[in-house]
Amino acid sequence: MSNRIDQTFARLNAKGQKALVTYIMAGDPSLQETETLVLEVEKAGADVIELGVPFSDPIADGPVIQAAAERALRGGASLRKILRTVASLRTRTQVPLVLMAYYNTVHAMGEAAFCRQAAEAGVDGLIVPDMPPEEAGPLEGPAAATGLQLIYLLAPTSTPARRTMVARRCRGFVYYVSLTGITGAKLTNLGDVRRNVDKIRRATDVPVAVGFGIATPQDAAQVAGIADGVIVGSAIVRQIGEHQQDPRMPERIGQFARSLKSAMAGSAASPA
Amino acid sequence: MQQLPNERGRFGDFGGRYVPETLMPAILELEQAYVRARQDRAFQAEFAGYLKRFVGRPTSLYFAERLTKRLGGARIYLKREDLCHTGAHKINNSIGQALLAIRMKKKRVIAEPGAGQLGVATATAAAMFGLSCEIYMGTEDMQRQALNVFRMRLLGATVTGVEAGSRTLKDAINEAMRDWTTNVRTTNYILGSVLGPHPYPMMIRDFQSVIGREARKQVLALEGKLPDYLVACVGGGSNSIGLFHAFLKDRRVKMVGVEAAGLGIESGKHAARFAGGKPGVLHGTMTYLLQDDDGQINLTHSVSAGLDYAAVGPEHSYYHDAGRIHYTSATDDEAMAAFDLLAREEGIVPALESAHAVAEVVKLAPKLKKRQVVIVNLSGRGDKDVQQVARIKGVSL
Repeated sequence: MSNRIDQTFARLNAKGQKALVTYIMAGDPSLQETETLVLEVEKAGADVIELGVPFSDPIADGPVIQAAAERALRGGASLRKILRTVASLRTRTQVPLVLMAYYNTVHAMGEAAFCRQAAEAGVDGLIVPDMPPEEAGPLEGPAAATGLQLIYLLAPTSTPARRTMVARRCRGFVYYVSLTGITGAKLTNLGDVRRNVDKIRRATDVPVAVGFGIATPQDAAQVAGIADGVIVGSAIVRQIGEHQQDPRMPERIGQFARSLKSAMAGSAASPA
Repeated sequence: MQQLPNERGRFGDFGGRYVPETLMPAILELEQAYVRARQDRAFQAEFAGYLKRFVGRPTSLYFAERLTKRLGGARIYLKREDLCHTGAHKINNSIGQALLAIRMKKKRVIAEPGAGQLGVATATAAAMFGLSCEIYMGTEDMQRQALNVFRMRLLGATVTGVEAGSRTLKDAINEAMRDWTTNVRTTNYILGSVLGPHPYPMMIRDFQSVIGREARKQVLALEGKLPDYLVACVGGGSNSIGLFHAFLKDRRVKMVGVEAAGLGIESGKHAARFAGGKPGVLHGTMTYLLQDDDGQINLTHSVSAGLDYAAVGPEHSYYHDAGRIHYTSATDDEAMAAFDLLAREEGIVPALESAHAVAEVVKLAPKLKKRQVVIVNLSGRGDKDVQQVARIKGVSL
């Protein structure tokens, strides 16, 4: 088990803990600050870090992440530069790094070239929100060859047949979308989340992480009682946007990540 | 010729289904429902009935005598989609998809019209069938198409302005896809052109292919032969594929798709995907896109809102690479000149989109022999554009 994602989930599982997965938009407000933020949230307890690759037309995302993508693009971020940032981070941290990139940004670089360069830079996994497994043909081969783990999404609308098919093709973890909607929407139905996570677990041994709609330490604690991982995106990205002029912004984000992590620890200790 | 698209929604390398998982089940359900409806004679008869009695089909194939004489070359026929109810070919598709929504027991439809014609057509179909209807438009387009926005509201639709990004068609599509992602259980997304994930490009082509089936019959009756050229404007490409489809097997019929060259290809302010783009994925499909080296989608420009979009339908990309359809472009200025010409020579005010096709005919017809025949698709009428044309000409109304 050489992959950092697998090792991290295994280590946490052995301790009865859940993974905190934090999303930040790479290049928002600058790639230099992205490096600072990654190190800060890792120090605060983030177990896996998702780096968003900005795209001009992010159809799966809500207004908060779209605005962050626009800031990052204005700041000059691109997939190539983000890979250089990852390579630079890898001299200082071994935290698992997962890129979340819309298909066109990967396609523009070329699927095979992207996988090779991402793996060389030290990227561990890839989420492509607008690529269902049916369209993953050009990526799956190069990803497997370079050890890049392809993480697919499952949704409340996924049929039982799709749930099984998609779950079995996930490497690293299964990304369960908690609600029928876009990032930044409000989480309302935890009962459904629990039922669906349980069904996914019956289809695969790969850990299940839940994202979309998790905004507060309380949300994180509740979802930690259900899944192996808790993904927090828009709530972090919103604060980065609000405090981008503040020199103490990275510390504030670190504090927020710490509050998520400690809430999750409290929850995991209590019986689910 | 092989059946296109294949079962994975591919036209060669193009097409496919690049959508978030939340939408995949809905896309698959839509495909199943459409494949059944396509083979169901009752559905086809119902669709044909509405096209005849509500839309007013068949539309005429009109010999443009004065324009022919003026240009001094080929005989020019206009396929008069501008005579459809609501003023453009878009209604063919809206009726088809609304009928399908009813079959699928969905009571709400959403759409994202660039030019507004689709919005009017969808609001019209929704009113006729008693469906609730929400229309997303970029606020920039709402301003360009103020008259159509008001018409949609008269027809009972909710029109929601989109402030994000460039506030044009692609931003409205982003927002409509988000709505669909959120309300997928109750809502059918009426896509306006041969774009988006499978089955949309196939389904919308099928609904629009009535244009070419009629034109083929009509030209054979009028001229006793097939046309030498077909010309149509290409935004997403539904009116053009609608006209071309029935002629694809007629190898001697040449086809020209006209994209928007805006302020000129070299200015960078245009929407000519084949002149300035390369393949990529946007809004669910692999096709030619205007994008930068990092895969970010470029802003587009055209005087015509309906052509102002960074992607072209995947079937067009296939026929472009196969060499079956030739693609060219017309600038804003050329389209405006053609708009004036058709109004004055033929008494027909064309949509600015259709004026791009007429602009190509102005270049093409004089080079052809007098016995040759050109059919140009007059995809819509220009009433909706009158305010904007006045603004461009500096006339205050």
